[in-house]
Amino acid sequence: MKKAILGAIVAGLAAFAPMTVAAQDAAAPVNSTATQATGPDAGLVESVTDAATATGGSYTPMAPTEGKGMPTDPRTGEPGAMMKSLTFQDQYSDNGDYALWMHDVILMPVITVISLFVLFLLLYVVVRFNRKASPVASKTTHNTAIEVIWTIVPVIILVIIAVPSITLLARQYETPPADAVTIKATGYQWYWGYTYPDHGDIEVISNMLPEEEALARGEPGQLAVDNRMVVPAGVPLRIQTTATDVIHAFAVPSLWFKMDAVPGRLNEKLLTIKEPGVYYGQCSELCGSRHAYMPIAVEALPPAQFAEWVRSQGGEMPGAEEAAPAEAAPAEQVAALAAR
Amino acid sequence: MATTAEGFDIHSDDHAHDHADHKPGFFARWFMSTNHKDIGTMYLIFAIIAGIIGGAISGIMRLELAEPGIQYLQWWAQFMGGGNDLNTALHMWNVFITAHGLIMVFFMVMPAMIGGFGNWFVPLMIGAPDMAFPRMNNVSFWLTVAGFFSLLFSLFVPGGSGPGAGTGWTVYAPLSTSGSVGPAVDFAIFSLHLAGAGSILGATNFITTIFNMRAPGMTLHKMPLFVWSVLVTAFLLLLALPVLAAAITMLLTDRNFGTTFFDPAGGGDPVLYQHLFWFFGHPEVYIMILPGFGMISQIVATFSKKPVFGYLGMAYAMVAIGVVGFIVWAHHMYTVGLDVNTKMYFTAATMVIAVPTGVKIFSWIATMWGGSISFKSPMVWSMGFIFLFTVGGVTGVVLANGGIDDNLHDTYYVVAHFHYVLSMGAVFSLFAGFYYWFPKMSGRMHSELLSHLHFWTFFVGVNVIFFPQHFLGMQGMPRRYPDYPEAFTLWHQVSTYGYYIMAGSMIFFFVNIAYALLAGKKAAANPWGEGATTLEWTLPSPPPYHQFETLPVITDAHDYHDHRPVTA
Repeated sequence: MKKAILGAIVAGLAAFAPMTVAAQDAAAPVNSTATQATGPDAGLVESVTDAATATGGSYTPMAPTEGKGMPTDPRTGEPGAMMKSLTFQDQYSDNGDYALWMHDVILMPVITVISLFVLFLLLYVVVRFNRKASPVASKTTHNTAIEVIWTIVPVIILVIIAVPSITLLARQYETPPADAVTIKATGYQWYWGYTYPDHGDIEVISNMLPEEEALARGEPGQLAVDNRMVVPAGVPLRIQTTATDVIHAFAVPSLWFKMDAVPGRLNEKLLTIKEPGVYYGQCSELCGSRHAYMPIAVEALPPAQFAEWVRSQGGEMPGAEEAAPAEAAPAEQVAALAAR
Repeated sequence: MATTAEGFDIHSDDHAHDHADHKPGFFARWFMSTNHKDIGTMYLIFAIIAGIIGGAISGIMRLELAEPGIQYLQWWAQFMGGGNDLNTALHMWNVFITAHGLIMVFFMVMPAMIGGFGNWFVPLMIGAPDMAFPRMNNVSFWLTVAGFFSLLFSLFVPGGSGPGAGTGWTVYAPLSTSGSVGPAVDFAIFSLHLAGAGSILGATNFITTIFNMRAPGMTLHKMPLFVWSVLVTAFLLLLALPVLAAAITMLLTDRNFGTTFFDPAGGGDPVLYQHLFWFFGHPEVYIMILPGFGMISQIVATFSKKPVFGYLGMAYAMVAIGVVGFIVWAHHMYTVGLDVNTKMYFTAATMVIAVPTGVKIFSWIATMWGGSISFKSPMVWSMGFIFLFTVGGVTGVVLANGGIDDNLHDTYYVVAHFHYVLSMGAVFSLFAGFYYWFPKMSGRMHSELLSHLHFWTFFVGVNVIFFPQHFLGMQGMPRRYPDYPEAFTLWHQVSTYGYYIMAGSMIFFFVNIAYALLAGKKAAANPWGEGATTLEWTLPSPPPYHQFETLPVITDAHDYHDHRPVTA
């Protein structure tokens, strides 16, 4: 027990102190020992039930749904897989729906028509004005009317694009409501840390799972992590990002969400995930050698199950302090204090 | 020593013989050159060498990405003198993406466009005997070469987890400061200093030349559009590069002298570096493409046998692109945490650039309209350029929307976009210009057959490489990744096959040059016929070592874009 308390304290300190390379290396393993000793490790499914009874929360990692929250492999031969692999992932946030609509209904048709129009003009010119078909060149060098037209028409098209574009930006920048669930994602070389300041300062350290282990669990390789960022679905989330070493970027394509994690800054953005599910993403700002190996896995749960998860991590739901379970192990409380 | 002494003697020699075609000895001619055509040739050869190296690096990257997992990087890590561990191998990946980007931008496209074709044809097209500052012209070239060596040297010294600078061509702090231990990043930064200094000197040289050395009668509004494009480019260089120089100097002092410009622990800000970098970086992309616009205008007019349509609109569209290019930089930074008003402004400003760009595309097509077009090699490359640049341009309109970019930022969609405008835009215009002016520069005709084969195979190759990358990006594949989830395999494989096609097509190019130089027909003064109206075609091919000892006179009777002196 003593060892566990010590481990938790070290982990807590490491999470808050400006990290040196050595400290980061130490932090991940120490922390996982701490959670293993004091609470259930999300990775160890079979031990979850035992530990859960001890801490008053239960949590079993959700199995991801094929084709949801992850890229689609066109080689599976399943109907529609090829088509799905050519465009955006299905969206599971309101802003994602709006952005995808704007791309599919406005941008894509406009750029396709413009490209084909230019291609058509070029082909027409090739056929109609080649040396044989048109032996004598005209000497036309000006036509004010057409020059005005090809200046004004693009302006009109751009204005048409700008309206939904500005609307989308305004939506993305809505201020999260006061009761939004705050999750702070911190980028480290090369893993993510998620802290829940409203829930007893739970900290989740999230490392990529080795490929074989991910596949054994039925998760996509290089996207699966040992401890996911668990959030409630259908509830406004206040996602904050920062970093301690170099710049990282917190990105989840199926939620239309990307925000850089910059040392010395705290970026914040509203996100509402429409339905429960596992949504994968990857670090999207070059951050050193293992840049490709710090994926993001967001697990959205119904709010009640989220509360269970919070308790399973030794945290507490906001406003539940008075009703905090008295049976919590003493080591649990010390760990929570240390993490604070 | 004797050679050197002879070399210094060139001036007295010149006076003694007073012969336009008298050339100095080898060392003096190529290492102490003050002749714009020789310097232009050296820039072109330099750019081709840098392009081979940069292109080979992209081959290493495409080979690695053909399959998920790490296949070849460990071998490369050891080959470059690093360790055998995975971290070093992954670091090598970052070194390759960095080197590929820096080489292609600073040592291939820029030297070829501005140093090569700019040097060769700006004086010829404005009827000037040489550049305004011939000695400085030479300094520009050798600074660029020195910069290239500094970059190559950085590959062999420690840069963090292995040899070389693995920061990306953007050199973002703090990865490039506290995140990369060892001298490699210092050498890479110093390389940018040298290349940047060379470009600033070159820019002042072009501005001075164009403003002061035009032949009598050639007003600004009678200048060929290629000269206009180089003039605008030179101003962009002059205004943008000092900002880059300041930013990377601050990186150097942050790295070595304890300053904290970009370190929040000392009151600095990593995002400040990005603002400074992109204030340079966005004009830089127009620096790479504007001279290409100029070349395409010359070529399309030549082979359509028609003057350029809407000459003034074309010239001022380039000026507009240059001006607006300075006020859109933060669209490269949509995800750093800009506030909503900033993001809305940069969204709107970025979309504005599509307007002058559209004017150019449509004016090129209007130039062909009603023409009598012969599809010689420069013309097919130009038509390829117009189409592919349009495709790259419209994906730029998609990316311009800050809200849409939240998903596409730093994905392969961006990679596809900027390769469509650069690897197909800038590079297609370079090949178009090369085939257009090669007979003028060398005095030999290249093979039209090989040029056309080169075009079609290259066209297929680059499209197979880059079109599927749009799919990867929309599916969420981040850029700068050496490895990826299984789901991305198919389109990565296709992309790699495209690289093989593209690489194979370059054989046609090199065989073509060899054929032309060894066995090519002698080129006439004007091999392209009545459509080629600019002054360089009034000179023999190749032009004499010193041209226009008597300045040509451009009279008012000339239409826009018809710049031949009156032969009377």
